[in-house]
Amino acid sequence: MGGVCLFILAVVQSSGPLTVNGRRIVIAWPFIWLLLFFIIPFLIVFKISFSEARLAIPPVAPLFEWVSSTKNFVLTLSFNNYLFLFSDALYINTFFYSIKVAAVSTFWCLLLGYPMAYAISRADPVRRNLYLMLIILPFWTSFLLRVYAWVGLLKTDGLINNFLLNLRLIDEPLTLLYTDFAVYVGIVYSYLPFMILPLYSNLEKHDLSLLEAADDLGAHPITAFFKITLPLSISGIVAGSLLVFIPAVGEFVIPSLLGRSDQLMIGTVLTNEFFSNRDWPVASAVAIALLLFLLAPIKIFQYYQDRETEAAL
Amino acid sequence: MSSRQSNLKTEYVRIEGVSKQFGSFSAVDNVSLSIYKGEIFCLLGGSGCGKTTLLRILAGFETPSVGRILIDGQDMTDTPPFKRPVNMMFQSYALFPHMSVEKNIAFGLEQEGIARNEVQRRVAEMLDIVKLSEFTRRKPHQLSGGQRQRVALARSLVKKPKLLLLDEPLAALDRKLREHTQFELINLQEQLGVTFIVVTHDQEEAMTLGSRIGVMNKGRIVQVGTPTEIYEYPNSCFVADFIGSVNMFKGKLIEDEPGYVRIACPELDVNVFVSHGISSAPDVGLNVAIRPEKIDMTRTAPMQKENFTQGIVKEIAYMGDISMYLVQIPSGKMVRVTIPNIERQVDERISWEESVYLSWQSSSPVVLSQ
Amino acid sequence: MRVRGLFRNSVLMLGFVFLYAPIVSMIFFSFNNSRLVTVWDAVNSPTLKWYVVLFKNEAILGAAWLSIKIAALSASGAVVLGTLAGLSLARFGKFRGRALLSVMITAPLVMPEVITGLSMLLLFVALEQLTGWPEGRGILTIIFAHITFSMAYVTVVVQSRLASFDCSLEEVALDLGARPVTVFWRITLPIIFPAVLSGWLLAFTLSWDDVVISQFVSGPGSTTLPMIVYSKVRLGVSPDINALASVMLLIVALCVVLSTYYIKRIEQRRVAEALMVRSEEL
Repeated sequence: MGGVCLFILAVVQSSGPLTVNGRRIVIAWPFIWLLLFFIIPFLIVFKISFSEARLAIPPVAPLFEWVSSTKNFVLTLSFNNYLFLFSDALYINTFFYSIKVAAVSTFWCLLLGYPMAYAISRADPVRRNLYLMLIILPFWTSFLLRVYAWVGLLKTDGLINNFLLNLRLIDEPLTLLYTDFAVYVGIVYSYLPFMILPLYSNLEKHDLSLLEAADDLGAHPITAFFKITLPLSISGIVAGSLLVFIPAVGEFVIPSLLGRSDQLMIGTVLTNEFFSNRDWPVASAVAIALLLFLLAPIKIFQYYQDRETEAAL
Repeated sequence: MSSRQSNLKTEYVRIEGVSKQFGSFSAVDNVSLSIYKGEIFCLLGGSGCGKTTLLRILAGFETPSVGRILIDGQDMTDTPPFKRPVNMMFQSYALFPHMSVEKNIAFGLEQEGIARNEVQRRVAEMLDIVKLSEFTRRKPHQLSGGQRQRVALARSLVKKPKLLLLDEPLAALDRKLREHTQFELINLQEQLGVTFIVVTHDQEEAMTLGSRIGVMNKGRIVQVGTPTEIYEYPNSCFVADFIGSVNMFKGKLIEDEPGYVRIACPELDVNVFVSHGISSAPDVGLNVAIRPEKIDMTRTAPMQKENFTQGIVKEIAYMGDISMYLVQIPSGKMVRVTIPNIERQVDERISWEESVYLSWQSSSPVVLSQ
Repeated sequence: MRVRGLFRNSVLMLGFVFLYAPIVSMIFFSFNNSRLVTVWDAVNSPTLKWYVVLFKNEAILGAAWLSIKIAALSASGAVVLGTLAGLSLARFGKFRGRALLSVMITAPLVMPEVITGLSMLLLFVALEQLTGWPEGRGILTIIFAHITFSMAYVTVVVQSRLASFDCSLEEVALDLGARPVTVFWRITLPIIFPAVLSGWLLAFTLSWDDVVISQFVSGPGSTTLPMIVYSKVRLGVSPDINALASVMLLIVALCVVLSTYYIKRIEQRRVAEALMVRSEEL
């Protein structure tokens, strides 16, 4: 990468005194990269979602084919993949299940994350940094291992069940692992920092004299919270919630480690179609359908992201 | 003073019909201006009047939408900032936080590729001039406000620019320090012979610093002149009102002679006799402006036959060196009068609800068209 | 006041217990002798046997080393591209394509990994068909994919740092005769360096942690550590993974403690200097 760095430097320097040209080159690098590795891939996925599967490498029939008998290009657009998605109850079912799981998890994330972000933002500055560090610290350790830790806790003979049995709160172990509950816990646990940090960066910027003014005008602290703090933190709430909700809809690792085996999530279905069934067109159609659904939340997220230049991480 | 006078009239910077649009908003609107070699020119105006944008156009950070900038006869309109013989001192000082005082000042010279020992020599010389020689190795955050200001000044002067642009150079200093620094700045300018263009919103600062002042409003230059000209002979109601305070009375021309005019002012209850001619059309509505310090306030009737009225003192603001009175005249209008507090005895001063005479000399009123 | 303090403290306590209980339990059971992760074998524990097992596992060590290399390279690439993107968005005002660039920066932050992984793989397949490059999937394709999804995070960090620092510093440097490139190297970069560094660390962690995207774009001979861990834990709990988690946590904690100590020292010096200036002013 040092080489790339030097190369960019050389190009930028050769651009001479014209600021405008220099700027174009600075913009061009990330722009072209993202165009090539982020936008074009979606177009390819989009294209493949209209193709037929076939037994070949790669296992996709081309959209345009040179037909030698008629000496012509033939466009074979197939909507079968999408029709298949909407006719098969499995896909619609997993789709709604994924949205439900993501929504419930986001709700719990917010319920746990908001008070924490609030408490941190109102702590004294020295402690504040310590708390923030403690929030971010687990994030630096492996996500996979943190999800895995819950397997040990939630198992039938796991820590939580042993604990409850020893206290004689329950007579027989609860089924905790491989349930919806386990997936919620896993998502809330993994995504909590993504909820807390944007909320914190919003709450921390609040002018505390507003609350003093409310206090002075006779508002009860709880009233002041609901009338002042909460409305002012809406953009943080939206940003944090979408930062949890959108990736959670397509979550793959957490449900596959903690979730039910009789009810898949859309991410798992996509992966299975791709790797196990080697049906690239259907996998692509699933991806496009998911993306279309997420387009609106992504757009909203971007709006709030632009508004709060002070970013999530 | 003499050196400033002798340098006058050699045009150094010329702004030709410059406008700058931000979307549909005109920040600078068709400004033409000449700035002379070796002067301190102050651009004075309220916030959002376009003075900072004009300064940034001169520095090269903004390109004008229309018009040209000539410096020393050369067209600089499209020259990038790093190639202009112009330096700018920012309001925030913009000292590089990661560099020592010495490194900050040397930065500009290093860009010219000047030899190391020459850089050191000139930096040391500059540090000496701004009296910061003991602080060479300090970082900006280790300096007081006044010291930071001097580092910023030294950094922009070390390159010996022909033209120095200063954006609110004293705004970040407290009042006492500001007064002292004003004179330091003037001395330095005379010593180095650099042309200064100073942007400020503070009229006192503009009056003390500037050899000439350009008053700006809504993107336009409304008047250019020496501080005395601007204060004593404002050319519009805006300038009269913006610089200092003024009593403004609507009136109508009733006698128009080359040597004097007489104006009927219903608000003032009397006609105003002005001892100089004006160049306005007779029927147009006029404004008569009289500065508060140019009105005499007495308990007894004045000797003169004209240019006085009566009133009752309604408010008194004691400001230490002077007192300001608001006097209500029969039409109901409040007239502002300032009286220097010359003697110490308090009980002799005119007090609330006293009936007083207000009078002024026939040369004092300024007649302004609407 | 006291009620509110109590509320805040209990909320934080609850939250931190939730965040740290699984991690602590993992460390605890890494010293357990029993193969059953959750049953404490009081007679033969604590033991380091799982650490021995871990460090004898060539596959895991090799994958870890590969993951470090991939993470370092992709973090470096992401930092270069992300810094340029952050600079463009924070400093260049309005330019053609700005809206698209900002979409391409924000979208990867939330894009479900399966979609990113699938689309990257299909791109590589299509590219190989068209140009013959890249030949198959492997380390290179993983690095490219990781750069793409982590550069967005670097951009956000750099952009927000740039937004909070005064443009006039750069303008004054231009005014003093420095060319834009010199301004970048001598003024902008030194000032935003902490943000660039934390962007690099963030990109490193994202790459180091990624399993879904790697799974799509990896090929034979490019099995990263998360991929091995994933295939192991999918088969059930295995105690040497506990040991691995503990080792990783130790390294991270060590880095955090060291950097906190370092930052604290710098801060103390700053406070002392500020006091010095104030006493001089009096």
